[in-house]
Amino acid sequence: MKVHEYQAKQIMSSRGIPVPLGRMAASVDEAVAAVRPLIEESGNPLVVLKSQIHAGGRGKGTFAEHPDLRGVNVITDGIEGGPEAAEAKVGELAAKMLGSTLVTVQTGPEGKVVNRLYLEQGIDIARELYLAVLLDRSVSRNIVMASTEGGMEIENVAEETPEKILRQEIDPAIGLAHFQANELAHGLRIEGDAAQGFARFVKALDRTATELDTELIEINPLVITGGGMVMALDGKMAFDDNALFRHPEIAEMRDETEEDSAEVAAKEAGLSYIKLDGTIGCLVNGAGLAMATMDTIQHVGGEPANFLDVGGGADEEQVTTAFQIITKDPAVKGIFVNIFGGIMRCDVIATGIVAAVKTVGLTVPLVVRLEGTNVEQGKKILSESGLDVVAADSLRDGAEKIVGLVK
Amino acid sequence: MSILVGKDTRVLVQGLGKTGQFHTDKAIAYGTQMVGAVHPSRKGSVAHFEGEVDQSGVPGRDDTYSIDLPVFATVKEAVAETGANASVVYVPPPFAADAIMEAAAAGLDLVVAITEGVPVADMIKAKRYLADKRTRLVGPNCPGVITPGECKIGIMPGYIHERGRVGVVSRSGTLTYEAVYQLTLNGLGQTTAVGIGGDPVNGTNFVDMLRMFEEDTETEGVIMIGEIGGTAEEDAAEFVAASMSKPVAGFIAGTTAPPGKRMGHAGAIVSGGKGTAAAKIEAMTSAGVVMAETPSDMGEAMARALG
Repeated sequence: MKVHEYQAKQIMSSRGIPVPLGRMAASVDEAVAAVRPLIEESGNPLVVLKSQIHAGGRGKGTFAEHPDLRGVNVITDGIEGGPEAAEAKVGELAAKMLGSTLVTVQTGPEGKVVNRLYLEQGIDIARELYLAVLLDRSVSRNIVMASTEGGMEIENVAEETPEKILRQEIDPAIGLAHFQANELAHGLRIEGDAAQGFARFVKALDRTATELDTELIEINPLVITGGGMVMALDGKMAFDDNALFRHPEIAEMRDETEEDSAEVAAKEAGLSYIKLDGTIGCLVNGAGLAMATMDTIQHVGGEPANFLDVGGGADEEQVTTAFQIITKDPAVKGIFVNIFGGIMRCDVIATGIVAAVKTVGLTVPLVVRLEGTNVEQGKKILSESGLDVVAADSLRDGAEKIVGLVK
Repeated sequence: MSILVGKDTRVLVQGLGKTGQFHTDKAIAYGTQMVGAVHPSRKGSVAHFEGEVDQSGVPGRDDTYSIDLPVFATVKEAVAETGANASVVYVPPPFAADAIMEAAAAGLDLVVAITEGVPVADMIKAKRYLADKRTRLVGPNCPGVITPGECKIGIMPGYIHERGRVGVVSRSGTLTYEAVYQLTLNGLGQTTAVGIGGDPVNGTNFVDMLRMFEEDTETEGVIMIGEIGGTAEEDAAEFVAASMSKPVAGFIAGTTAPPGKRMGHAGAIVSGGKGTAAAKIEAMTSAGVVMAETPSDMGEAMARALG
């Protein structure tokens, strides 16, 4: 689960990790009202207005509705004109940003609608660095990853100048040791008081990662201010969904408007669904088989409309929900059900399909491939149902049949 | 020979909830030597299982079974009382990593964790705990391990398997069934089939399994089924090129998966340009692995690899 930048900063701030002062605003009025107290508290007339979406690249991204407007804006009007001028500018920009669609390198061309803004104090930046805590699968441990190349896409740094990326493996029984923090500071050429500030920062970040079950914490950029303070200028956090049960306060931060509504509905029904761009809806049991089904559809000349894994033990109701989700997508021109029953019994799936078609209706071709536990009963239920179902003998046969029917 | 499990494997079940109960029954029907259960709140009782045997399982048995499994409070006690050397974990996600560590502490050879949804941080700790123990962990979030005709630990349907020549290792569940069934239909059969699980931190990886199949005298070839995310398949390809004398066939799921989206499994995600199907297929092909173009061609690819 991802959270917004302002939420990540709230979490960091509450754990003693330095972040700039800031205020979240969900309306133009809230944004304007935040200006004066922020300027007074920080003593800096310069403020930054940042779009809050679950995607990076906001600073360089622009709005579909306002091609000249970027996702993050530095507002300098307060320097000469005082808080009133800053308020006027914030009001003007917030009105354009809120409700508009921000397109960044990470959102894809469709972009994301901005529903929240974050107003932050301006910071005097001396250096920009990169810092992250994330899982390294090859060692089955979290690592700290750091680089002098702050503000850049870290994937590009890793590609072009891998020597500029520093790593420290975290022993889960010990946490990040002080010497490891020192080695990182040294490698990043951080000197004096800032080096101590950095060591405190990175150790607190490691503790946060462990205690809150984060999947990723990324600070890009981490800045050293003109005054030698180490601070998170941006903050991205993602949490392990499987561990949210022990962090109800984090689970409450979920912003469902950031997620695809069909994907949210699927998750609530215990299904795993991801919308894709094609025309053939897929309903499969098992994630690997679901991916392989999509691949096969493409291999025989079609395009999958979705990934949908009904899981190992789906019941009739879940199959109905899955059908509803698939048929709601107007791009779907045909449906391919591919089940290899292990624990999942084919007769249950067949009954579910019949019930679903009766409830949801069916206006597009349906190809069903059943294999595994109780396959004969499953096939019998389908053939006796009177539904217009095309049976398939194998995954490939099914994929070819549905692609042929859709064309 | 086979690997990991065979007719001498004596299995404990950890967690006798609905799922544990159901699959313990199926394992007994298959002929697996289930010797006890660990379920603290039901200690001292017995769990009764009866029914018709699974004819595809261990040969030479009666047509029906009726078994009382003793239920213990701890794995340690269960091992002392039953001589178990393996366990299967159906314990719910919040407690699964602890169950794995308990199995390791009791000195079992093998623990197979079926549970899906174990927090990654728990697995990081459990894996560190296991580092200096003798116990091999398979999973979590996996279908289990089966040596056809001898021992079935996990949730896979028994009847699609047939004892034969090929070692099967896979990150996915139902896609493993697909491969296994094709090998049964084309007469190659399996020595042992292992699902290593779809989580980012797991006990046993492809390289571990390839090494065991390479050393197993009965196994003539191996099919490995990977998916997007991580670099386990690339590491496996390196091992195949450097250390495998037996033919290897393969398939990678997720060619069409969009980046940044988790495809069901926690580990199946293309992020930061890493873990793509294309890179994995390229690495495996270069290592001499015979790749199946679609999942329907897995059995055929294995036949080609065996020559």
